[in-house]
Amino acid sequence: MGLIEKFLHNPKAPRWGVHPDDHKRPAADAPLRTLPLPARLYVPLLQHVGQPARPVVLVGQEVRKGQLIAEPQGRISAPVHAPTSGRIVAIGEITAPHPSGLPFEAITIETDGHDRAVEADVPADPFTLAPAEVTALISAAGVVGLGGATFPSSVKLALGKRSEITTLIVNGGECEPYLSCDDRVMRDRAADVIDGVRLMLHCTGAREALVGIEDNKPEAIAAMRRAATRFPEIKVRPVPARYPMGSDRQLIETLTGKEVPSDCRAADVGVIVNNVSTANAVHRAVRLGEPLIERIVTINGGAVWQPGNILAPIGTLAADLLAFAGLKSEPARLVMGGPMMGAVLPHARVPIVKGSAGILAFNEDEVAIPEAGPCIRCGNCVQACPIGLLPLEMAANVRVGDLQAAASLGLSDCISCGCCAYICPSHIPLVQYFSHAKGELWAQERDKLRMEATRKLAAERAVRLEREAAEKAEAAARRKAERDAAKRAEAAAKAAAESAVTEVAE
Amino acid sequence: MSDYFFLLIATALVNNVVLVKFLGLCPFMGVSKRIDSALGMGMATTFVIVLAASICWNIEHWLLTPLGLGYLRIITFILVIAAVVQFTEMVIHKMAPALYQTLGIYLPLIATNCAVLGLVLINNQEKHSFVTALVYDFGSAAGFTLALVMFAGMRERLALARVPEVFSGAPIGFILASLMSLAFMGFSGLNFK
Amino acid sequence: MLAAIASLTVLGAVLGLGLGVAARKFAIDGDPLADEIAALMPGSNCGQCGMAGCAIAAKAIAEGTATATVCPPGGKALAASIAAKLGISVDLDEIADNGPMMAYVKEEICIGCCKCNKVCPTDAMIGAAKQIHGVIREACTGCGLCVERCPTEAAQMQPVPITLQHWVWPKPASVTTPAST
Repeated sequence: MGLIEKFLHNPKAPRWGVHPDDHKRPAADAPLRTLPLPARLYVPLLQHVGQPARPVVLVGQEVRKGQLIAEPQGRISAPVHAPTSGRIVAIGEITAPHPSGLPFEAITIETDGHDRAVEADVPADPFTLAPAEVTALISAAGVVGLGGATFPSSVKLALGKRSEITTLIVNGGECEPYLSCDDRVMRDRAADVIDGVRLMLHCTGAREALVGIEDNKPEAIAAMRRAATRFPEIKVRPVPARYPMGSDRQLIETLTGKEVPSDCRAADVGVIVNNVSTANAVHRAVRLGEPLIERIVTINGGAVWQPGNILAPIGTLAADLLAFAGLKSEPARLVMGGPMMGAVLPHARVPIVKGSAGILAFNEDEVAIPEAGPCIRCGNCVQACPIGLLPLEMAANVRVGDLQAAASLGLSDCISCGCCAYICPSHIPLVQYFSHAKGELWAQERDKLRMEATRKLAAERAVRLEREAAEKAEAAARRKAERDAAKRAEAAAKAAAESAVTEVAE
Repeated sequence: MSDYFFLLIATALVNNVVLVKFLGLCPFMGVSKRIDSALGMGMATTFVIVLAASICWNIEHWLLTPLGLGYLRIITFILVIAAVVQFTEMVIHKMAPALYQTLGIYLPLIATNCAVLGLVLINNQEKHSFVTALVYDFGSAAGFTLALVMFAGMRERLALARVPEVFSGAPIGFILASLMSLAFMGFSGLNFK
Repeated sequence: MLAAIASLTVLGAVLGLGLGVAARKFAIDGDPLADEIAALMPGSNCGQCGMAGCAIAAKAIAEGTATATVCPPGGKALAASIAAKLGISVDLDEIADNGPMMAYVKEEICIGCCKCNKVCPTDAMIGAAKQIHGVIREACTGCGLCVERCPTEAAQMQPVPITLQHWVWPKPASVTTPAST
């Protein structure tokens, strides 16, 4: 930290993290627009953490808006609903919004433009229902964490049953530059968000809710304060604008002073973190009976003509959104999510999913990154790391292939926030090193599990072969005994007959 | 008593067997890739040196000198050292098979480690008493272990560094060893008086 | 002269006797290291390493006649854990060259002879007589025994497809130092 920066540093702001130019305006100030229904929607089956959903519709079938088209399978999963009315034209693979460019399963719907919805059964007063019933409603609506992690919300809210939750933290940090969809939700739908927060308080049994909003969003803070005045249990707390304030551990520490230990979850310190957009989705699911089928997406970046926030159905192609916002130039790079942690898209023909906060189209100037140089051991990355890791040491170990050494330095605690790579004066792609190492370690772990399973199978096979051999031997012995007995009986009968004959003869 | 302490310091640091006397360089370069194997090697060598020195001192004192067989000294000592190394190898194989595997060829090669024979011969040359000989040899072996572990630690760090290709591997190891040797020369300025 | 010969002989005899006793005392039945390595191995005795079984391969690794990377179904994970056990470093990159393989059955030429499911060490091949066989993907180790056994070449190997769940970020291209270019 330079002397001038130290002088200008907000004394309340944490020492970790970085403060990139936020580029949020003018996109954040542009009024919310609604995307006209595209001709086709590509609704992926895996839009959440956990098992992919299983389709329950057939190709050619007519569906209505909000109709269940894929049901959850497994303990951690979420259902998928039709974002509008239309006809299923395909269930097959489409490019995933993922840097690998690999395909995943999606249901393609040809929209009919009528937007006919299914009838929803809405409880009159959800606060009279048991928390588990409200959680079930949220689960059936396919609500997942909209902050980016896309963890099924109902599973998270049900954590209150296992460990006591005292505080619900509502994450309005939105620390990623360029993105403003949460800002827009808080400005335009503050009352809905507060209602969603109250419902989540009811589900978890928490006593208070803290809404953390970065202080670079004064309009959102004002709107939320206004909406929350009637509810003393909900407190709106501005937090210093510092990336990655929107990371749950950092926000928990800033708001409550509690640090989540490395191998624990937030629930273990009595806290649950949910995004403001998730609160909005919970409100819509419970009060309107509307499943999570649309979301606000920020379209921003130097290549975009009219940056702003667009309300779009899930499954809309990024290309449709970019066409609606208009492009100034051919984008040099497309990113889904924020510039720090988002996924680089292979092309624009990928659908937006529940967790897509934004589509960023950058021009040449914005993506120009100088070539990486050698590490000069300046230690800036150590200062910036919000977890307190040693990125330079971990990356050096990954570079020479010593993944175990990197793991022993705390690689698994890395949240891939990108602060280290952002601050690095040598432009070393530190996060890519860590992502690579984490993936490799995961693969090795999987291989190990697989090998254990193989060993078990081989052992079971040996037991089976032995048993079969024993059974065969036993059966052979039995047959032989039977044959012998039959032979003996025959001989005895013959002898008896002979003796009878001789007796008769005598 | 304090004499023995100063002897220990003098042998371990001031007259370090590897970095000042340049004995036992073979395992110093060979088994210094990882700290744990370096530590294992150091302890095995310490064990061999102290055991061999005590046996050899007794043989020298009770057998060779009375019978006037000084010319058999080296061959006898080698015999003893080889036997002790064999014994150590058996013990390590039984107790720590993984260490046995790690040390590999360097374990039997302790028999030809010039530090071992050198120290035993120095004992004789300097006419050390039995206890002095033991302290002297233990100090030297501790100095060997210290140098080996420190060097291994540096080489572990070196594995992460971007070494120019022509220097990578043994060359940069020798440069490092020479720098360590220079650093250890600083101990010659130690003055206890 | 006599004293020299006698003393050396006595010394040699004493040391030899001592070593003999020690060898008796520290005798190891079997090779504990080989047993430890065998416990890490897949245990399917598939023979891809060229040896008759996992126990023999483990012994060869323990003796140093085979490398830690000898087991193809074990892959990187096994090589890494064996290397950790032995305290050696292995070049994990040399294993990844052709990637994991998996068996599949060309259904149009499978005659349902059941030969493959008899040799499969993990019972990954399923099928009844005169029925088209199939492969349980989760159980297949890619050992290739079925390929050798299949009379119609219906059983074949293919690389395990990379999915979103298995994809790993590539390692960043290393920056070259001025001296090495």
